[in-house]
Amino acid sequence: MGDISIFLQHLTNGISLGSLYALIAIGYTMVYGILRLINFAHGDIFMLGVYLTYYGVVYTALPWWIVFLLAPLLTGFVGILLEKTAYKPLRGSARITILISAIGASFLLQNLGIVIFGGRPRAFPVPQTLNHVVKLGGVSINVVTFIIPAVTILLLIGLTYFTTKTKTGLAMRALSKDYETASLMGIDINRIISITFFMGSFLAAIGGILWGSRYPQLMPLMGSMPGLKSFIAAVVGGIGNITGAVIGGFILGLGEIMLVALLPRLSGYRDAFAFILLIIILLVKPSGLMGGIREKV
Amino acid sequence: MNEKSKTPVTLIILALTIVGLYLANRFLDAYQIRIINLSGIYVTLGLSMNLINGMTGMFSLGHAGFMAIGAYTVGILTMPVTMKEMNFFMQPIVPFLADVEWGFLPSLFAAGLISVLLGVLIGAPVLRLTDDYLAIATLGFAEIIRVVFTNTQSLTNGALGLKGIPNYTNTWWSWGVALITIWFISFLMKGTYGKAFLAIREDEVAARAMGISLFKHKVMSFAFGCFFAGVAGGLMAGLLGTIDPNMFRITLTFNILLIVVLGGLGKIGGTVVSAVIVTVMMEVLRFLDEAIDLGFVRLKGIPGMRMVVFSIILILVVIVREKGLLQRTKGRELTYAKN
Repeated sequence: MGDISIFLQHLTNGISLGSLYALIAIGYTMVYGILRLINFAHGDIFMLGVYLTYYGVVYTALPWWIVFLLAPLLTGFVGILLEKTAYKPLRGSARITILISAIGASFLLQNLGIVIFGGRPRAFPVPQTLNHVVKLGGVSINVVTFIIPAVTILLLIGLTYFTTKTKTGLAMRALSKDYETASLMGIDINRIISITFFMGSFLAAIGGILWGSRYPQLMPLMGSMPGLKSFIAAVVGGIGNITGAVIGGFILGLGEIMLVALLPRLSGYRDAFAFILLIIILLVKPSGLMGGIREKV
Repeated sequence: MNEKSKTPVTLIILALTIVGLYLANRFLDAYQIRIINLSGIYVTLGLSMNLINGMTGMFSLGHAGFMAIGAYTVGILTMPVTMKEMNFFMQPIVPFLADVEWGFLPSLFAAGLISVLLGVLIGAPVLRLTDDYLAIATLGFAEIIRVVFTNTQSLTNGALGLKGIPNYTNTWWSWGVALITIWFISFLMKGTYGKAFLAIREDEVAARAMGISLFKHKVMSFAFGCFFAGVAGGLMAGLLGTIDPNMFRITLTFNILLIVVLGGLGKIGGTVVSAVIVTVMMEVLRFLDEAIDLGFVRLKGIPGMRMVVFSIILILVVIVREKGLLQRTKGRELTYAKN
């Protein structure tokens, strides 16, 4: 009995971590789908989302749920701003060039974070509603562990509806399929790219808020590891493919938690797990599990 | 320019460097000497990364990892036996390394070779990936190396790091290695291998059609890059005397990337100049992070400001130069190939 309940606990932890990776991975995969760019700064956008929420809750009189909605919107606009300043001037130049710019943007955000928010870790103000423990058949689980996958699934349904049923979503898919032809068909590329960055950053900020509720310690560099891992999740699932990003996120989250749970001796290698998985996938099936964009080699 | 008219220029530069270093050692204080040492090391690092990224056109972000390998090799090999016992108090060091105490030169060589060995072993499978994927995969390797070094307590002393590494590195070592690197890479780029590297950078398909083995040349370029990165890491260990796994985060790779981009992808001279400038600026701009005392008013320093400035510089350089980043070198190399 004890073993099973512990296993269930690990399972829920893995699913909730996986959902977080999935939320961030969607942003990577959407941007990559259209611009063929690894938005290195995406993890730092995620960090920004958490900090905006923190300041909103701590320093304004707004109720927490309004802040939880406003902060992601604001983060979305920062995402647009990021694209306009760091990526747009480089559209059409060599991929290495734009990648370097992305790395520069990532470091800029991290260090701006250190300058503005300070290097000391802060505690995320988790609302009471999200932060109590329930007992389910001998397993005590924090409510937020259930809320995370639920929110993720809701957002996913919304996103799927958006990309498959709306005109903007159609334009997005067209751009991702064939950038040049789509632009000849009268699609407003700048608008679509802005929307893509907005949505990616919005989702990352929601992921950030949930992350903060689960692991309530804020640091300006907190975005880089989850960012990299979520990118790996996107690659594992097949980059450019939203369903793939979610599947990759779950594989990564569950894998990480299970590695620590089942092989405690290797727990120090937790951060290496994602990268080893990435390299195996790149060697065995570079297009990812769900078969994303096929790269010309 | 043909070979004969170039030799005196090379000799003059060499002589000037030697005189400069001699004078520097006589008249400058320890802090300034340290900056000169760092500049030399960063010249080596910048060139080794430029060989991989600029000249062969692969986008590798694994430099911090290869430096870590080199730094730890030198640290462990040169450290006196008694010092090792003091360092490894949590868990004794593995027996076969316990009584080892090598000189600096063989240790540096070992640093380079082990870096090549591990670099090629883990790098060869992923070198066929293109830009972004290669970048993430090599970044991943650097992270894996860091994680492994944090966990192998009896080999690297884990998160505690190594203290009391003998300070062998002086200006002669750091700039000696830098000069050798400059010479070697110029030499390499003049030969068939160098031309093959450039061909791969310009157009992989065309290069392959001309009978250039992509795999062989990519691995070769990567291996040379790893070697010099490892040696530079070793010099760094000998300069700082203390190393720990957290030193070798991606920030370090970022600094080297900044040097390469500022100096120009594929350019040797530019890299040397930008390595020196960036290293000096890193120190000069330190005032941004620390408090400034103007006598009558005390400005509070803001930690992180220095890196903000550098990130902005990087983005601006990339945007302003845009295509010139790659194309200007292309123009030069076209004339280069005619010789």
